[in-house]
Amino acid sequence: MKVKVLSRNPDDYVRETKYDIQRVPRNYDPSLHPFEVNREYARALNATKLERVFAKPFLASLDGHRDGVNCMAKHSTNLSSLLSGSCDGELKIWNLTKRECVRTLQAHEGFVRGIVVRFCGTSFFTVGDDKTIKQWKMQSPGYGEEEEPLNTILGKTVFTGLDHHRREGVFATCGQQVDIWDEQRSSPVRSFTWGVDSFSSVRFNPVETELLASCASDRSIVLYDMREATPLKKVVMTMRSNTLCWNPMEAYYFTCANEDYSLYTYDMRNLEQPVVVHMDHVSAVLDVDFSPTGKEFVSASFDKTIRIFPKDGGHSREVYHTKRMQHVICIKWSADNKYILSGSDEMNIRLWKANASEKLGVLAHREREAANYNQKLKEKYQHHPQVKRIARHRHLPKNIYHQAKELRVMREARRRK
Amino acid sequence: MKLKKSKKIKKRPGINDETSAVSDEMQEEDSEDIAAVPDAIRYDEDEGEEDLNPELKEQVGPGHRLLGRGHRSTRLEERSEAALLVSEFGANAEGDGAKIELSDLLPTASKKAQKQIETLKKSNRTLDTPLSRQETERIHRDVAFQKVATEVSQWKSVIQQNQQAEQLVFPLNQEPSGPKPIEHVVAGWKAQTPLEQEIFAVLNANKQPINNPILTPAEEESIKAMSLEEAKIRRAELQKARALQSYYEAKARRDRKIKSKKYRKVHNKAKRKEMLKQFDEMVKTNPEGALEELKKLEMGRMQERMSLKHQNSGKWAKSKAIMAKYDEDARKAMQQQLEINKELTQKVATALNNDEEDEDDEEEADTEEVLPDFVNDVEKAGDASNPWMRGKLTEEEQEKEQESKMAEEVILLEDEEEMEEEVNEEEKLLREFENRRKQQEEDIVDETALSEFTSIIRGLTQKPEVETIVDNSTPLEEGLTRIQTLEDTEKLQETDISETAEPEVVEIVQADETAKETSTKKAKKRKRNIELKEVITKESRVVTVPLKVTTEEVGEEDMEDEMDQRGLIKEAFAGDDVISDFLKEKRKKEDAGKPKAIDLTLPGWGEWGGKGLKPSRKKRQRFRTKPAQAVVRKDAKLPEVIMSEQRDKSITLHQVSSLPFPFENYAQFESTIRCPLGRTWNSEKTVKKVTLPRVVTQLGAIIEPMGREELKKSQQQKAEPHTWKKWMENNIGDII
Repeated sequence: MKVKVLSRNPDDYVRETKYDIQRVPRNYDPSLHPFEVNREYARALNATKLERVFAKPFLASLDGHRDGVNCMAKHSTNLSSLLSGSCDGELKIWNLTKRECVRTLQAHEGFVRGIVVRFCGTSFFTVGDDKTIKQWKMQSPGYGEEEEPLNTILGKTVFTGLDHHRREGVFATCGQQVDIWDEQRSSPVRSFTWGVDSFSSVRFNPVETELLASCASDRSIVLYDMREATPLKKVVMTMRSNTLCWNPMEAYYFTCANEDYSLYTYDMRNLEQPVVVHMDHVSAVLDVDFSPTGKEFVSASFDKTIRIFPKDGGHSREVYHTKRMQHVICIKWSADNKYILSGSDEMNIRLWKANASEKLGVLAHREREAANYNQKLKEKYQHHPQVKRIARHRHLPKNIYHQAKELRVMREARRRK
Repeated sequence: MKLKKSKKIKKRPGINDETSAVSDEMQEEDSEDIAAVPDAIRYDEDEGEEDLNPELKEQVGPGHRLLGRGHRSTRLEERSEAALLVSEFGANAEGDGAKIELSDLLPTASKKAQKQIETLKKSNRTLDTPLSRQETERIHRDVAFQKVATEVSQWKSVIQQNQQAEQLVFPLNQEPSGPKPIEHVVAGWKAQTPLEQEIFAVLNANKQPINNPILTPAEEESIKAMSLEEAKIRRAELQKARALQSYYEAKARRDRKIKSKKYRKVHNKAKRKEMLKQFDEMVKTNPEGALEELKKLEMGRMQERMSLKHQNSGKWAKSKAIMAKYDEDARKAMQQQLEINKELTQKVATALNNDEEDEDDEEEADTEEVLPDFVNDVEKAGDASNPWMRGKLTEEEQEKEQESKMAEEVILLEDEEEMEEEVNEEEKLLREFENRRKQQEEDIVDETALSEFTSIIRGLTQKPEVETIVDNSTPLEEGLTRIQTLEDTEKLQETDISETAEPEVVEIVQADETAKETSTKKAKKRKRNIELKEVITKESRVVTVPLKVTTEEVGEEDMEDEMDQRGLIKEAFAGDDVISDFLKEKRKKEDAGKPKAIDLTLPGWGEWGGKGLKPSRKKRQRFRTKPAQAVVRKDAKLPEVIMSEQRDKSITLHQVSSLPFPFENYAQFESTIRCPLGRTWNSEKTVKKVTLPRVVTQLGAIIEPMGREELKKSQQQKAEPHTWKKWMENNIGDII
């Protein structure tokens, strides 16, 4: 007689090792898993709530400067180093992982106006109020050696900005005019003028490396080609732009930080009108830097906040502020797209997360999967009022909140007229 | 002439970079011309006209002389040569007030210059004034800008590609991980010692690989003949076919084991019908085969008639016959037996069933029912032992012929035959799959509804003009409250509720007043809103789970107990009549929902008014608006249910009130919401695909700005279109 016994193939339920997760046989019959939309909605809502709860962007503050931080530079080959120059001419090199200063040097008399690291990462250039350009070694001097620049170029006028070519030994400075320098020479290879105004910042295009753009004090932005004898084009705005930044992934877009509280993204081929106007700041925008992925940029403002904008969004997706942070003068987005560094008036450099609620460090596979799923859920249900409301809620200091309100009222009134 | 040219160029800035290629070329020529001009001027100043570069002359044209001259007159002071005599300013006229004549300068000029001076003397035309410095600079600028703009525009395709990409992985140019093939490592190395050279000579002579030390030419050829991917696809398809076959076999086996008589009966009936049908077809298509079949049938009938089966003469039948008097079942069984006999002995088409004689036959027939035809095809001589090789999906005429031939040749070349058949079968399988793949091609479109939709959105945001970037960011809702815990988010919601609740109330008050209007309006409004019910287009089916009966049969005592309990409950709740309460409530709701008549009569107008006087009936009738027909309630025919047709406020809070930005209609939006993403509903692979993050960065890697390589890459990608085959390669794993 045949006896029927329940039997299962152990392959279906036995783990190979005890470190494997338990096998869960699944039945995808939709009738067994009803209310999929409602359940996913609940999950999305929870995910957004948790995102807000875990949004703790502030990581560390680096103190050590004895005056306001005026400029910063990322190391071109090393993620953990940062260079910062202050208003008293002091330059500091920081180790970000240890969060400590590794080297201090008196670079200039007066402000350090600009720092830039050479593409190879072995030396860096600084300009200051003492009309000099100095090249320094990245390595700190050995025992007994004096801290001395490799080269010093004495200019005729004050230099206000500096940028280095991405691949060649060429750098550009700005001041009374925009100069292109060869590293080997002590006089500029080219100098561009257009009118008599002074310039506040100059930037090389990281993609089309021969192009430059500068912000002039006559409210204009001027484009140059290093190979041409004359500047290319100029756009005059209603107020002065402080700095600009090229999109590192999209050759012809750049964004400038303007005195009129907003940022403008331009297509360099068509300067008649900006592509996007990014507004949310309530005071002059002082600095801007693109994320290395070219998807977003961060801006620093006189209103003591930092905002992150999507490159094609008119409003910010994030606002960072702390009680102690004063006017933010310079800002950088780290080269691994994870962190934001801000230097402010009150002598501190702050380290922020670029994604406020992101978990730092190495994620386990399942953690990452869950994060991806939650992200997609949030995206999917982003238009639902509850999700939207929670996701977009931000705390603001009282005065900025009221100022923003006031500005909104003013804008409305102007529009009505 | 120069002037004319410059005018042409001045117009240029108006032209976009997207003008045709022809105009671009023109532009470039122009720009070269202009770029050459300053150099020409410099030459002029330094060396005099006779040394002018002939190429430059060509480029600049006959006008160059004029331009050069204009500059010379202004700038000559800067000349560093110690040649005072040469300068026209150095030439002194004799006596005061006298002018310099051309002849004074003549002796110093060369022959060529003299000739030119003579021609100049003859012509009376005055020269055009040169352009001012600002003007020329502007021209240079414009030309240079146009050049740069076109240069930069070549990035457009890359940028667009990146915008549309499902996923971007940074840093951009990552080297593939894993060990490098040895040929790459060895590539730089060369034979130096005589021994090495000798070895290489031998290798060369024997056509052995040198630079690529893994593959011989023959091997390479074989690789070319069938790529790895193709082989993979082939293998996968064969695998699937085998799996299918074994599945069929298993099914057939299971089927065979079913012992239910009823099942068998039904089964056989169906089969018979099927056979009849087949036979009918055969008569039409293949009369010979039909005849044979008929013969078979006849044989079956004869056998049946000869045998004593179904004649009710066996042991079992006799025992039944005894019982038949009292037992209806037995009678029935006997009847059935006779019926079967009758059926089987009937002549021709109706008496087809000949395989019921013994169990084994029957079983085989059963398998026939379930299995596809190929399983039961005549087995080939070669591979009887190998169950895998029996499978055939479709059969073509030619192959039939082949097989028949092979049958004639019989087992002479067993092994070879086996091989051939294998190949044949494989090919057939592959063909089958090719067809299926084509079908799937269409199906994929449906499958990837979500990704398609995202692409639609992206397509919307990415419009032909570069300037129009659509801004879909909304302002942050900045407030003075800080979210620190989950409770805070709850509070946020609550404040939201209190905010939104008010307008709802107003709406309801209005609804009471003018019922009809609002009802239509409401309908409209409802249409405008997206309701959760509509968003969930697929009705959630109620899962019916068979409940295990938990109560045992109730004995009489228990019944009594239960009655007692019921009585107790009745006693306890004697006061409240639940049913009537419910009915009352329902009536109330109905009444509230009914539109009411509105009396607008004002006393005193057109007649006497005052205390105790009522407006006349006529007037009242006149100013009384009749109520509109009440809409039939959904629960009108359901006495036990109250269905509220009013909006549920608690749900509206979570509903989307208006169509969000990138979507064009509700269907689009709803379709994005409809399909779930989680692993409760999707397989692991689809979840992975659906939850792919937009941007992936590597931990601790520096992301360099985009380089020239990307441009080349994108151009290559453009050159080779995305083929269906490629898709198959990537997804073959999913299909199987």
